Amino acid sequence: MEKSGEKDYSVGVAQRASANLGRALVFLLVPVVTFVALWQGFLFLRENTAPQWIQMIMAIVWGVGGVAALFLVADFLLEQLPTRWKTHLTPVIFVGPALAILGWFLVMPVVRTLYMSFLDASSKKFVGLDNFAYALTNSSMLEAFRNNVLWLVVGTGFSVGFGLSIALLADRTHPRFEAIIESLIFLPLAISMVGASVIWRFVYAFQPAGASQVGVLNAIVTTFGGEPQAWLMLKPLNNLFLIIVLIWLQTGLAMVILSSAIKGIPAELLEAARMDGANEWQVVWNIAIPYIRSTIVGTSTVILILTLKVFDTVFTMTGGNYGTQVIANQFYVEMFRSFQYGRGAAIAVVLLIAIVPAAWYNLRQFGQQSEAFR
Amino acid sequence: MKTKRLSVSKILVYTVLILIASLWTVPTLGLLVSSFRPGEDVTNSGWWTVFQNPAKAKLTLNNYRIVLSNGQDPSLEGVIKSGEQNINLSSAVLNSLTVTIPATVIPILLAAFAAYGFAWIRFPGRKYFFLIVVAIQVVPLQIALIPILRDYIQLKLNGTWLAIWLAHTGFGLPLAIYILYNYINSVPRDILESAFMDGASHFTTFRVLVLPLSVPVLASFGILQFLWVWNDLLVALVFLGAKPEVAVLTQRLVSMVGTYGDRWYLLTAGAFISMILPLFVFFSLQRYLVRGLLAGSVKG
Repeated sequence: MEKSGEKDYSVGVAQRASANLGRALVFLLVPVVTFVALWQGFLFLRENTAPQWIQMIMAIVWGVGGVAALFLVADFLLEQLPTRWKTHLTPVIFVGPALAILGWFLVMPVVRTLYMSFLDASSKKFVGLDNFAYALTNSSMLEAFRNNVLWLVVGTGFSVGFGLSIALLADRTHPRFEAIIESLIFLPLAISMVGASVIWRFVYAFQPAGASQVGVLNAIVTTFGGEPQAWLMLKPLNNLFLIIVLIWLQTGLAMVILSSAIKGIPAELLEAARMDGANEWQVVWNIAIPYIRSTIVGTSTVILILTLKVFDTVFTMTGGNYGTQVIANQFYVEMFRSFQYGRGAAIAVVLLIAIVPAAWYNLRQFGQQSEAFR
Repeated sequence: MKTKRLSVSKILVYTVLILIASLWTVPTLGLLVSSFRPGEDVTNSGWWTVFQNPAKAKLTLNNYRIVLSNGQDPSLEGVIKSGEQNINLSSAVLNSLTVTIPATVIPILLAAFAAYGFAWIRFPGRKYFFLIVVAIQVVPLQIALIPILRDYIQLKLNGTWLAIWLAHTGFGLPLAIYILYNYINSVPRDILESAFMDGASHFTTFRVLVLPLSVPVLASFGILQFLWVWNDLLVALVFLGAKPEVAVLTQRLVSMVGTYGDRWYLLTAGAFISMILPLFVFFSLQRYLVRGLLAGSVKG
């Protein structure tokens, strides 16, 4: 506490003024130094000359440390401000960065891509609905639509169907056995679509008749006296061979979600049905499946959305050739091979519109779940 | 509840499950076995012959040495064929790590702050902004590629690590905020309120209380994002570009499929290299992965 003497007071003012000046200087200096340091780091990383592993460590430290540093600096600055400012700025610092990035990377692009879809290939001239006319009538797009429907029906149907069946069956076995089986089915989920495509290209590998077959499928076919086939060029069946890769990848996802829903069915409910003389089949169909119906639908929408966007598998295995084009691959071709930005944008918009119904459903689910959010 | 007796139907259930699980495992097993067989063997006989005739089976690490080599290893002379000298997947491994680690940590950091903000700080438009975050989860990332690419070219960011970190951050954030919000919002109110009573700022509360409490959910989302980024092809193709010195594993694997389409001894080894880390994560952290998937499995 200060004494109330005149002299002491003036000293206090001087001290406070210099302290404030010092604080203001620090206030300005800290962010400036941080930004300069981060910018220098960025330039340094861009002009890379060091051995690769050193670059890797520096890049990781710079990226992760940089973001952490920015938050720390923001907090430091916040602490220097008067309370009223602090209250107003705190949410900006907490939520602001995430919202800014979301705005830049997802919200604005929706508007910009929509706008671009009405412009020509180089986004200079307005062309009305031409791009959409192309996207909805061009022959390779029609092929893509037809194939995507096949992917949706067969891919989603089998992934969810297998996932549900395996979850229901495994639920009836010893827990340790169940864990092992589910792990094995689940495992492909860790593998990239590209990796999975290599795995399955190898399964489908083809040698002319007479040569020894190294692909499992052709080995089986020739063992039983059949002709070896180049499965991935076999129109229109090759689509199914591609879809199998997706089923192989996504069944585990469906199974895990559904398995946990099945575990949530009250045991008394099942027991009561059995007591009433229902057999296992009836228990599954009349009790278990209706009970987890909303989870089944939810899982299906998730896999539906994943399937709509399927790209890597087709890109790696056939490149969309031999009648296997899909929307996402056609998008890539228009955008990054033909540089038809207008058409590409129109295809992306079509993709968005196709996803909206599933999205709407998921949002509604969210609305029901989050009563707590007010 | 479950009867112990081994009925016919029980045996049937076990048999069917074992069959399905084998069916699911055989493709990966074939890849793994082939990657350890000498090149001529892989080309001339099926990988299953190793099991039919174990005595004659030869195993080698040469395929891995070839695909990882940058052409500087003299001991590989004679082993390596022309055109295979410089596959250099070891550089792609480093690139994948450089992309994946920050692209996993940065969204977690940003999302944790945002989730805390949505859950514990009152500000105007809170509900409205949060609904946007939830809704935006379903925008396919194809929508964003060209607008962002144009921005990057203007900002001279294209092909830099920062560019791809930011892109993965943007595409991962909605799900991250959503999952983390659900968790952080459920932290008991009195724990935090007593911290505020003691005069702790939001930042301190977040750092000292909420972050440590949220480790399980951070791990769950972290694993999802890690697998997503490590396995991604499209985002890397667009924002890293075709320069081989920055290409990640998935990109290099695709170009290997193009170049060495039927040299299976190389492709299998390359594919397995790209799978080792995700499989390790999968086996060691499966619990968290499952939890993350259950918390929300819609992904842009």
